Amino acid sequence: MSLPPYADFLGLKLIMDAEGPLLLMPNSDAVLGRPGFLHGGAISGLLEIAGIAALQASLGDGSTRVKPINVTVDFMRGGRLVDTYARGRVTRVGQRIANVAIEAWQDDPARPIAAARMNMSLDRAG
Amino acid sequence: MTTLPTGRSFDPAAFIDTFRSYGHNGALGTRFVQHGPDWVELALDYDEKLIGNTETGVLASGPIFSLMDMATSLAIWVRTDIFRPQATLDMRVDYLRPATPGRTVFGRGECYRVARRIAFVRGQAHDGDPNDPVAHVAGTFMFLDGE
Repeated sequence: MSLPPYADFLGLKLIMDAEGPLLLMPNSDAVLGRPGFLHGGAISGLLEIAGIAALQASLGDGSTRVKPINVTVDFMRGGRLVDTYARGRVTRVGQRIANVAIEAWQDDPARPIAAARMNMSLDRAG
Repeated sequence: MTTLPTGRSFDPAAFIDTFRSYGHNGALGTRFVQHGPDWVELALDYDEKLIGNTETGVLASGPIFSLMDMATSLAIWVRTDIFRPQATLDMRVDYLRPATPGRTVFGRGECYRVARRIAFVRGQAHDGDPNDPVAHVAGTFMFLDGE
């Protein structure tokens, strides 16, 4: 699985573990928002990339193209200037639509800083 | 470009200017375009480093989310005419169609209601024709100064 240029812009690193793709966003100037905190847009970018990665991993082969229809992001805590992780969970894959839930956290996965739901359209080859 | 009425104390153009070389908005290269009494329009120029799909060259959805988050956030300060610390509580973005590769994306955010603790916003993004938008957003911000 490869990440797009935008993921490099955010400095994202893809980690494959037993649960599937995990995305790491190290702190950098490119993700800084108001002084002392991560930018909500950068956190959303991380959530969206993690959502797409989770869906692509669950689809297996690379023959299906996925396209975000919409995303809804809840911000629960201010993002501090430290490593941030995100993982998506595919809640349903249909023939044409998939639903994915994503959470982002810093030190403790049980204390998410943001969560998102994405609806994605599937373009199956053949 | 709209000029600020006298007596106004929040200047979105100056605010964006201070962020040109700093942080996420600086890295994206977000530009100020114009504003009205309760809305702000920003622009995001096409940049290969923001591509989400290398086959098509289409921008990722994340930069459009950031553009709209910033435009709607500024719209609150323009409407209330005062800078108060605030944070995005939630934001929904509908990606109506892919932005055309090479084109600048314009994002207009509007603040349509300010309550004691929460401000309500909405907005649209387009890549040249406002009647053919690429994204639609709705969201809320919470004030952090504990009034």
